[in-house]
Amino acid sequence: MKDNAILVVVARFLIPLMMLFGLYVQFHGEYSPGGGFQAGVLFAAAWILFVFIYGLETGLRIIPERVIYALAALGVLLYGFIGLLGVLLGGRYLDFDPLLASPQAAQQAGIILVEFGVGVTVASVVMVFFMMFARRRAESLEAGLDPDADEDIGQ
Amino acid sequence: MVGLAVVFTRDLLKATMLFAIYSLTIAALFALLDAGDVALTEAAVGAGISTVLILAVLALVPRHEKTAKGHNLPALAIVIITGAALVYASFDLPVFGEAGNPVHQHVGPYYIGETYADMGIPNMVAAVLASYRSIDTFGEAVVILTAGIGVYALLSVRPRRRQRREPEQ
Repeated sequence: MKDNAILVVVARFLIPLMMLFGLYVQFHGEYSPGGGFQAGVLFAAAWILFVFIYGLETGLRIIPERVIYALAALGVLLYGFIGLLGVLLGGRYLDFDPLLASPQAAQQAGIILVEFGVGVTVASVVMVFFMMFARRRAESLEAGLDPDADEDIGQ
Repeated sequence: MVGLAVVFTRDLLKATMLFAIYSLTIAALFALLDAGDVALTEAAVGAGISTVLILAVLALVPRHEKTAKGHNLPALAIVIITGAALVYASFDLPVFGEAGNPVHQHVGPYYIGETYADMGIPNMVAAVLASYRSIDTFGEAVVILTAGIGVYALLSVRPRRRQRREPEQ
């Protein structure tokens, strides 16, 4: 859809705004509505809009496939690691209090880090979903299995 | 009304679009009820990403639903019995929105009263999700990762070329 000027202009305007809003929702989540889940989805949505306009190949050049898989696992691992850090510093699992001297600051740091892990995982998993389905479509067409063509034959 | 239209239409593309409208309406309803977090999630996930993913699936399957002839009477009976049981059970629910209801007596008052003292942050939802109920959220993150692995496992195999039946003359 690169040739459609309106789409390209609007998307170029929207994608940075969406990513910025995603970051805002991610890191401002303790003060306003939001958190890792919503931020991850927003971020992935910006990437999906980019893929709609410029194609999957270009989208994967920005963030390679291996990086997406690695990030999906790393987000969960970050979450688990923050939990273990609490244990190592003398608390219980996912107890944020020992992380920093002041309990309030420790709680806030723990929440931000944990939500960041959730956000990274959600964003990369949604990207994986979209990438898999988009690629499947291309492969099905390649193998001569166009579903709409099937339907026309059936009628 | 939009929900009914989703159920009755046979055109899956139309159903997807109506479903997105339905999600957006629900998100507006949540926003009106001051549930900002849920509204944001519903708008982003329900109206946004779900729609895109359903569209991606629709690109893989035929656009129109196959119509099945006849009605499934046992299914209708089961649905009616279950629905009647649920309605009957709902008579035992406490009055909606009353302060003495069990849901307002359990841990809710502690979260409302102590979140700011414990964490110093104003958003209770974030505090409950990430700190008080942290292990639940960890489980959710693992569930999402598992879903990603599942989709990867199902769709990373290349489709096999099937012998297509020749169209009958």
